[in-house]
Amino acid sequence: MKRQIPLIITSIVGVVMVVQYFIPRQPFAGLFDTFNRWFLIIAVFALLLGLMNLVRLHVQKLRRRKEGWGYSIILLCGLVATILTGAVWGIGTGSPFDYIFVNMQQPMGATMFALLAFFIASASFRAFRARNVDATLLLIAAVVVMLGRVPIGSLIWNKLPTVAEWIMFYPNMAGQRAIMIGIALGTVSYSLRVILGIERTYLGGE
Amino acid sequence: MLVLFIIGSLSISAQDTPNDAGGSITLGFSYTAPFVSGEVMRKEDGGEFEKIATVSPSDTHWIDNSAKDGVKYYYQLILTTEEGVVTSEPVSAVSSPQWFHRGRTVMLIMVILICGLILFFIRQARGGKELYIRRIAGLEAVDDAVGRATELGRPVMFIAGIMDIDDLQTIAGLTILRRVAKKTAEYEAQVLMPTSRSLVMTAAQETVKEAYYDAGRPDIFNPDNVFYLTDDQFGFAAGCDGLMVREKPGAIFLMGSFYAESLILAETGHSVGAIQIAGTAMPSQLPFFVTACDYTLIGEEFFAASAYLSKDPLQLGSLKGQDWGKAIFLALILIGAVLSTFGITVVKDLLMVQ
Repeated sequence: MKRQIPLIITSIVGVVMVVQYFIPRQPFAGLFDTFNRWFLIIAVFALLLGLMNLVRLHVQKLRRRKEGWGYSIILLCGLVATILTGAVWGIGTGSPFDYIFVNMQQPMGATMFALLAFFIASASFRAFRARNVDATLLLIAAVVVMLGRVPIGSLIWNKLPTVAEWIMFYPNMAGQRAIMIGIALGTVSYSLRVILGIERTYLGGE
Repeated sequence: MLVLFIIGSLSISAQDTPNDAGGSITLGFSYTAPFVSGEVMRKEDGGEFEKIATVSPSDTHWIDNSAKDGVKYYYQLILTTEEGVVTSEPVSAVSSPQWFHRGRTVMLIMVILICGLILFFIRQARGGKELYIRRIAGLEAVDDAVGRATELGRPVMFIAGIMDIDDLQTIAGLTILRRVAKKTAEYEAQVLMPTSRSLVMTAAQETVKEAYYDAGRPDIFNPDNVFYLTDDQFGFAAGCDGLMVREKPGAIFLMGSFYAESLILAETGHSVGAIQIAGTAMPSQLPFFVTACDYTLIGEEFFAASAYLSKDPLQLGSLKGQDWGKAIFLALILIGAVLSTFGITVVKDLLMVQ
């Protein structure tokens, strides 16, 4: 029963979600949004689970003086300070919570995002080495597209931007669309397996 | 029900809004000369016209979303022009909900066709017919990656993307997690799984626990190895990167829905020398994974993973059906492209979905 009930619920909800797409009238209209709202409510309660898990693990790390326990102090202090400032002074513009968000959380997020530039450089360096025919083609296409999209490209050869656009709009777009068609069919096939109960690994069964 | 009136150069029509849940009537109108402003008047049987909306010269239609189903409404349009006021004859319409969205007929046919094919091949597989599925290198390497991590005495790291459990890619990731966790348990190794969503953490804890039970090693299952980090995208990336650098996992699986953090994770994994297998259905992140990971499951391969790994005939049958669906789409694309080249857009028009 532990597995049968979730499977039955999954199948019914799956079929209803497909049917509601084709039937615009009540009670099917708005079902998608209703289910999404239910999910959000469940997710909010589940957030408490995540929070408890986070606190428990870091308190445990502190107690046992595990390697890097100092970071746990920072995490727990940050967690408590953010929750307290939000609860006491609110989260509006100019509040301490807003100050923490704008001056700490956002810059730290931006820093991580900025790292991407360096990671792209190192990954490109590896990918664009002309080891074989495929890699050489990739290298040529990348150089043409990169040069075609900067002002110096048109100074080298005025047709370079046109060639770059052609690569992006035709071979690149065709490849992307082929992948997307495959993904769409894979999604249909996978969903059908889940709805029919053939795919039940996520529930813990083979 | 459609009623159309043309007064001089002012034409107005009223009809039940198609493919809706009811409670709506669409008015269409055109006036050849420019007008300054317009008023939409409405009345019910036996009532008086009342202004319910104003329209501007750029409008060509207006939707009355306050209509009640089954009630006959009369509409009149009064336009103020530079020459004077032009009033249309009243038109009427009755709103009603529809049982079927006609603009999605083609979609329904395709869904029935694809599902029919998948069910047909599942039935064939159930009947014992052997189905050929091409080799997927990334999936063949799953066991090797776990084995390598075990030999190095390092943990296996699994990241199921940054989306919640309502994303199909996350569920697909969890099915692969089960296989990875079972293999990890057999090798008496540990699987580390940071999650960015609480629900994913709960589901993943269950999946890993079941896998360890299946492998006969519940004693080495540690629920604390599946833990929540943060919902924040780059906070999660930073947390995972820190774990990779500290724990130095021997194998890293990136299976799920990823966005800008994909390359940050994959490059850090590469820098710690882990064997990396990625799988996602996000076309914009695939190039990053192909570049930085040892193996990448591209789109449909990712969804095929559980069927491929389980070798279950029923699941393999669904893959076969999916391939036939692809063949149909390929044929339609070819026919459509050739016809469109000659200016015949019948296939393109036929496949339009509202």
